[in-house]
Amino acid sequence: MFPKTGVAAVQLLERLGYRVDFPQAQTCCGQLHFNTGYQKEALELARRFVRVFANAEVVVAPSASCVAMIRDFYPYLAEQDGDAALAEDVASLAQRVLELTEFLVRVGVEDVGATFPHRVAYHPTCHSLRALHLGDAPRRLLRAVNGLELVDLARADECCGFGGTFAVKNADTSSAMLADKLDAIAESGAEVVAAVDTSCLMQIGGGLSRRGLGVRTLHLAEILATRGSA
Amino acid sequence: MTSFPQAARVALRDGQLRDNLRVATTTIRSKRATVVGERSDWQELRDAGEAIKRRALRQLEDYLVQFESAVQNAGGVVHWARHAEEANRIIVGLVLASSASEIVKVKSLTTDEIGLNDALAGAGITAIETDLAELICQLGGERPSHILVPAIHKNRFEIRDLFREKLRIPYLSEEPVALASAARAYLRERFLEASVGISGANFAVAETGTVCVVESEGNGRFCTTLPRTLVTVVGIEKLVPTLEDLEVFLQLLPRSSTGERMNPYTSLWTGVTPGDGPREFHVVLLDNGRTDVLADEIGRQTLACIRCSACLNVCPVYSRTGGFAYGSVYPGPIGAILTPQLRGLGEAGSLPFASSLCGACAEVCPVKIDIPKVLVHLRGRVVQESRAKAAPERLVMRALGSVFGGPTRLRFAQALRKTFAVFGRSRWLPGLGGWTRSRDLPPMPEYTFREWWRSNR
Repeated sequence: MFPKTGVAAVQLLERLGYRVDFPQAQTCCGQLHFNTGYQKEALELARRFVRVFANAEVVVAPSASCVAMIRDFYPYLAEQDGDAALAEDVASLAQRVLELTEFLVRVGVEDVGATFPHRVAYHPTCHSLRALHLGDAPRRLLRAVNGLELVDLARADECCGFGGTFAVKNADTSSAMLADKLDAIAESGAEVVAAVDTSCLMQIGGGLSRRGLGVRTLHLAEILATRGSA
Repeated sequence: MTSFPQAARVALRDGQLRDNLRVATTTIRSKRATVVGERSDWQELRDAGEAIKRRALRQLEDYLVQFESAVQNAGGVVHWARHAEEANRIIVGLVLASSASEIVKVKSLTTDEIGLNDALAGAGITAIETDLAELICQLGGERPSHILVPAIHKNRFEIRDLFREKLRIPYLSEEPVALASAARAYLRERFLEASVGISGANFAVAETGTVCVVESEGNGRFCTTLPRTLVTVVGIEKLVPTLEDLEVFLQLLPRSSTGERMNPYTSLWTGVTPGDGPREFHVVLLDNGRTDVLADEIGRQTLACIRCSACLNVCPVYSRTGGFAYGSVYPGPIGAILTPQLRGLGEAGSLPFASSLCGACAEVCPVKIDIPKVLVHLRGRVVQESRAKAAPERLVMRALGSVFGGPTRLRFAQALRKTFAVFGRSRWLPGLGGWTRSRDLPPMPEYTFREWWRSNR
């Protein structure tokens, strides 16, 4: 759905000198199925993921919630299925799966040499904040971007209301949560809202578009990959 | 029961309710954050709370039997109730035996869970709620909407109007002091007249048979000391092994719930003491589905809950829908995992889905219940138990599972989807009405990542 995020992540990592591979056999981490209760389907996708990435040195994903799925819930899936071999594979792989900004901070990069002369509000997504504990790593990366003005977002750590199928199953509650997030974005005076999960950005972007607020959403990777004006 | 999405829709239309909730939850949330921040050992306290509860639940049978004999040794009587109906029958019998027609109650979720007030009313007994907020709910003919602040959905102007009407005080002001005084005058008479008091328990100590009630107003202490007969209803998960364990919980609970370093009233009593307090003391140990919860290895941590309500106050869902939408005396995130386990997934199967899995609840839980994990676990059970049904959702999930089953199928699906790209940002798509009511769909990308990768590598 959001190819530009992947492209930006690849360009950014290569610019920083890393060799990037994209195993064609990969599909989906299974989070959508798992969070909706379809554990059998999620388990199959977990097996595929573990198989496809078994030999990778580091797996970088530009999505905090996918990384949280692998790290927090693959062990649960393996345990529920009583699959000790899978549990072992998960344990060794999970620690090599990193969210993009998590990876950058771990390798000691803060200034990625990007230029993005815009007012940006950063929305810390729930999984980046409370599952991966990224803290202010994404904000530090944004602050180092040339020309970028990072504006405050009120009640930033509150959920945008996406939550996968929650957004459809509990559309009214999800919309009420989104409405408050949109108010905060409008108050912030930002031109761009950035986050590390495209799913949350789809929710926020859908709301911004409907309200006609004229604020764009961009994945953090897209900002960090930008050299000139965008 | 009404499904959560349906009940929430009604609640979300009430602008006053949402304003009241926003003000109240924001206030408690920041008070909690302040007093929790004062403790450098907060995480260690949480670890200790979790460990004690885990130990108590692992050997619950032993602790219950130990508690029973300790209560008996101290002159109390212990009754075992398998379910709500049995508990109510026992309690109604005890009240009738004392020939009381009116009883006073300490705020108690467990008695609300079993519908005790209705059972008493059925036997011609009037139950008076003596917690100020519970009294407000009772006078208003409403159920509590918050574990700790039962009348959180009401502001003081609404309470003033209610008191003016029900307590017949025509010129009452909306000042909190005036409202509290009016309730106090009304309740004092009830305390002095009642011969039976009924309470719940925050903790029950296996070692000593001691029962502990934690409160703010002191009305609970009136109920547990003035009447001749005291009946205490204890959910079996409230057991802690030793008196010493309370040291941990009496620090965790007030800071997590009211945002206080210490609550004003902590009452502890053990059996009966001649010449002091009630002359008769009964404990009703209630199961009502709890042993079923205990049987689920992932779900059982739910029973560690000490009913502080910190998870409600930080929950982005609760703070918008309020408590009524959860259709139970246990609202918010903890209710979303407790109610379906107590009542069955068939009846309350929509509750585990009433969460965006944002994780704010787990972060504040004083006994470290992994609420998001239990939520997704229960979602799995809901789907598992309804596998036979050919619901549209199941078909979509199967289809998606198959698409993600291999890159070739995924590529084909992506190619198919791209035909939608010509429409740009859509405002509506069949089957996604819930989404498009408030959100546009993203424009379909002109290329897929795979295509880009192949043409650039």
